Amino acid sequence: MSVKAKDLCAEEFFYGHKACAGCGGSLAVRNALKVLGKNAVAVLPAGCMSAVGFNFPQLCFGNNAIISTFAGTASMLTGIEAGFRARGITDFTAVGFAGDGGTADIGIQALSGAIDRNDNIIYICYDNEAYMNTGIQKSGLTPFGAKTTTTPAGKNIHGNIRPKKNMFEIAAAHDIPYAATATVGYMNDFLDKVKKASEIKGTKYIHVIAPCPTGWGIPVSDTVEAAREIADCGLWYLAEYENGEFTLNYDPKEFTDVTAYLKKQGRFRHLTDEDIAVIVKSRDEKWKKIRGSWNLK
Amino acid sequence: MPKKFLSGDEAFAEGVRLAKPDVISAYPITPQTIVVERLSEMVEDGSLDAEFIHVESEHSALSCAIGASAAGVRAFTATSSQGLLYMAECLTYASGGRFPIVMMNANRSTALPWNIYGDQRDSLSLLDSGWIQAYAENAQESLDLALMSFYIAENEKVSTPFMVNLDGFTVTHTYEEADVPEASAAENFLPPYRTENKLDLESPKNMAFSAGPEHNYIFKYKEHRAMLEAVSVIEEAERKFAEIFGRSYTGLIEEYLTEDADFVIVTLGSIAGLCRETADKLRAAGKKVGVVRIRYMRPFPASQLAAALKNAKAAAVLEKDISFGNEGAVFSEVNSALFRYGTFIPTYNFIGGLGGRNISASDIESIFEAMEKGLSEKINFIGIGGERQ
Amino acid sequence: MTPYIREKKSFGFEDIPENTAFEAGYLVTVNSGWRNIRPVVNAEKCVGCMQCYLYCPDGVISVKNGKAEIDYNFCKGCGICSKICKPNAIEMEDER
Repeated sequence: MSVKAKDLCAEEFFYGHKACAGCGGSLAVRNALKVLGKNAVAVLPAGCMSAVGFNFPQLCFGNNAIISTFAGTASMLTGIEAGFRARGITDFTAVGFAGDGGTADIGIQALSGAIDRNDNIIYICYDNEAYMNTGIQKSGLTPFGAKTTTTPAGKNIHGNIRPKKNMFEIAAAHDIPYAATATVGYMNDFLDKVKKASEIKGTKYIHVIAPCPTGWGIPVSDTVEAAREIADCGLWYLAEYENGEFTLNYDPKEFTDVTAYLKKQGRFRHLTDEDIAVIVKSRDEKWKKIRGSWNLK
Repeated sequence: MPKKFLSGDEAFAEGVRLAKPDVISAYPITPQTIVVERLSEMVEDGSLDAEFIHVESEHSALSCAIGASAAGVRAFTATSSQGLLYMAECLTYASGGRFPIVMMNANRSTALPWNIYGDQRDSLSLLDSGWIQAYAENAQESLDLALMSFYIAENEKVSTPFMVNLDGFTVTHTYEEADVPEASAAENFLPPYRTENKLDLESPKNMAFSAGPEHNYIFKYKEHRAMLEAVSVIEEAERKFAEIFGRSYTGLIEEYLTEDADFVIVTLGSIAGLCRETADKLRAAGKKVGVVRIRYMRPFPASQLAAALKNAKAAAVLEKDISFGNEGAVFSEVNSALFRYGTFIPTYNFIGGLGGRNISASDIESIFEAMEKGLSEKINFIGIGGERQ
Repeated sequence: MTPYIREKKSFGFEDIPENTAFEAGYLVTVNSGWRNIRPVVNAEKCVGCMQCYLYCPDGVISVKNGKAEIDYNFCKGCGICSKICKPNAIEMEDER
């Protein structure tokens, strides 16, 4: 069932937008819509993708799309899904695209409500690990050590002091029909998961890492490379939750060097060896748990 | 028409059933809860064919209703007080997007201190949110406004969300006899909702977009113009309503004995009844007094009020509201209207009923007396006294 | 439908819609001015593997007759395509 580039809908549904060059978020949105096709009805909260895609009269979505309130991605999806059903329409997919702040912080209550009701929607979190649209402020998904404009790296505090919230497992803890993690670095895996989600009834949650060159401090040409490396070095994992079970999709024999991944990025350049040791330790503990209790593909 | 013994909340729920919304999304809050309980029962027993969405907050209640409206269907929600404030962000969203959602608000005090009883500070603090605001006096008017609100909001020229306010407990929980129209008659009154303001698979839309400084104010101007259009659509709705159901309403304001009145109380909501009774009593004693009940705070009845008070010697605005550091919000609005239309009479503000505190017949009598005697203080708190300068 | 540049680009009072719903995919400006460098496809080296198409954030690459083609109206010149291309068929050249 693997989705290949040639299987994608030839039309573009997110085009002419004003996202920064090399934007990982726009890559995730673009390709998810090419899997779901023209009858996708997209909800995007206030945030990067809505800011770059919906400036009247420059409207960059080729399919039906609407901006929600920042906190309201999931609740607006619920309303649209119910409304279309009331109109007797069945051949559509209600899909939301919210950033990390819109998902793990301000939107988590509405998302939890939608999963609780098991509304028939797909919720995709494009995670660029900070509030990038407003100028790189810390979100609940900013990783440990990252420098943002609200977690500056100084002598006393080396950037963000808290690890990422685990949104994938938070979604899974609702006993959601389907949840998955992905990265835009491994596009086919992401596309497969979007396709799979579109074939499951109930609420689906996909969490996709989508690097932001501006916020991460990497060259605009390195988005995909960074999005691969985060999975290769073990700071992200590709997994699914379905029928009450976790499955790991990608189990690297050997992790690539965490320090190399971190030091390429401006946001981590200040980290000391001790800071990096903390990151490696928490990575290893996580993987020990994953390999000990999840299905390994 | 079958008569039923109903509370304001129950009567409103009956009106909503007759209006047949496709999607209802609501979160419980006292004193609104009875509405959502009744509607849930109606969905359960099949007498209402709607999607009832159990949202996890008021913000989601209105956000979900906006989604449903953007999908092109009729949407309803209900809230009160803190809930209304919690969803406030979505209010301007619904009005700016021109989504004709109907919401019932049970007027209740806002914290702090916590209090579940009725005053009107919740809705009056949101006059600028772009919603039509009506204030019902009793159960019958609640039911009738439930039906009329959809008619008015969904009119193509108006296409603006509609908030119907019921005084907490005094209307929401007070049982009265009310006529419940037949479903067939309600169908004759309220046409199905049709709109182009929707997501559409045949003709895809990008909705709820941004508009920069060059265009933004034109959108806002058109939003304002649409609200003004509501004035004639309210008249049209009431005319049609009277034809079908035999009950008449009087537009943005309701006047009582104002024609030759020297002293007039201007108020809104359930307290108007006691004001009229008091006026009757004083009339019997030879006093020329009258009452104006504001039915709609938005669109605001500026010219109507100026005309109604044109021949009065003085007017007093009685309201369950205070805009801290200034005066009652309704008082400001009334004064502005009188000034704009050249009705220059002394006006006084009487603030009462905050946090559900009782306003008695003798309080109202004192207001009429005070107007007649003339008052040094413009802003007066019932039971406390005039504002200290 | 792929969004495309429309003829009517300016909107006065009468053209502004009453609500915030408008035709999907309505474009009035291009992004070509954003570029300092541009990707150039060497058709001889291009094997039509579609990886550049798959990873382009702006969706400006299509593969026609087995070769990658770029819509320079909307390419921002990020260079992801050039990096991802295994046969090195895409070179980044300075904009003049």
